[in-house]
Amino acid sequence: MSTQERRTLPPRLAELVEDFTDVGPSDRLQLLLELSQELPGLPARFADAADTMEQVHECQSPLFLAVEVDPGEDAAERGVHLFFSAPPEAPTTRGFAAIMHTGLDGESAADVLAVPNDFYTALGLSQAVSPLRLRGMAAILARIKNQVRVATA
Amino acid sequence: MPYDTDPKLAEYAHPERLVSTEWLAQNLGTDGLVVAESDEDVLLYDTGHIPGAVKVDWHTELNDPVTRDYVDGARFAEICAERGISRDTTVVFYGDKNNWWAAYALWVFSLFDHPDVRLLDGGRAKWTAEGREMTTEVPKPERVDYPVVERDDRTIRAFRDDVLTHLGKPLVDVRSPGEYTGELLHMPDYPQEGAVRGGHIPGAASVPWARAAAEDATFKSRAELEAIYRQEQGLAPTDDVVAYCRIGERSSHTWFVLSHLLGFSKVRNYDGSWTEWGNTVRVPIATGPERGQV
Repeated sequence: MSTQERRTLPPRLAELVEDFTDVGPSDRLQLLLELSQELPGLPARFADAADTMEQVHECQSPLFLAVEVDPGEDAAERGVHLFFSAPPEAPTTRGFAAIMHTGLDGESAADVLAVPNDFYTALGLSQAVSPLRLRGMAAILARIKNQVRVATA
Repeated sequence: MPYDTDPKLAEYAHPERLVSTEWLAQNLGTDGLVVAESDEDVLLYDTGHIPGAVKVDWHTELNDPVTRDYVDGARFAEICAERGISRDTTVVFYGDKNNWWAAYALWVFSLFDHPDVRLLDGGRAKWTAEGREMTTEVPKPERVDYPVVERDDRTIRAFRDDVLTHLGKPLVDVRSPGEYTGELLHMPDYPQEGAVRGGHIPGAASVPWARAAAEDATFKSRAELEAIYRQEQGLAPTDDVVAYCRIGERSSHTWFVLSHLLGFSKVRNYDGSWTEWGNTVRVPIATGPERGQV
């Protein structure tokens, strides 16, 4: 990812990308593990209504996603809130979700939509995690963007 | 290492290929035993594992990083040496999802004819369900010597050309029913892994791999397994059988069941599986629920 592209990342996501690229491959796994442990639980309104969440089928283990967008006149400026549910026995999937949550929760719709679809390649995880497993990450972002587009249309 | 004399295991054709959770708990830490965890999820081991267990990742470690193939003898020797596995070490594999990936790792070790490989019956799920000890402490095994052994690709592995000449003899497709009929190009809820045609190899029986597992992730009893593979599917222990799935992982599990639990003498795993067959020009394909004509 070029410096130019990295500038299009919201600040906390850019910081995460830097955290990953600053360390070696095995420490990247450790970082992903720590993030997976920090993924917040679901608020009660989703915990009781899991069927209203969208399943990310591209992940190897079940991951459910919900996106809420704040009300507002200017669609681009409306804040985006992300909610995820994945079982503890799927730490990699939880880690991917946590990257999205830490990096994008609370950002504006325009900033979320501006994240490059392949931003995750800059995390340097393909060697440690394998490219196949990484596809899940691309899918999470694509599904977040779709929901943001629908909510702000 | 002594074998597990558990009566349930004794019924299988090769009880020496399985250990119970109780046997493992009793024998943990014994010289000559290495426990290896292989999971679908690359981080699961790091969240907690059986004390002393090492990690073997099917994707990043057992596959060659460039060619679609397994590691060679030199790389395999290195994988073992750094985990404290010598040629005479008993290796007990366990993992998530009914030992799906553990069976795959065991099959790859068998390509190098590592003599004593065993599966933990019930895998990670049973060990944790019984409240047995787990730790996040990663062992630092002392490096040992492991010889460079040439991989044997003839005995338990089949390639596409082998399958073409095998047509008409028993084949077992262990994927989900939707993948078998051709309705789905990949596992339900799993990523598309790029097969351009759906269906199955003509003549293949459909026996989804997880039918061999009981509720608690252990293998079903010998009688239950015989009912599925012999009575229902008409397979015989003297048959020449090829099993396949999508990339050869689920079919490793079935390979284990047929050869080690039911004592079939010639079972090969076609690891090219559907991601090769379903992309190959002009190979025969059958669609729908019937086995199809060869």
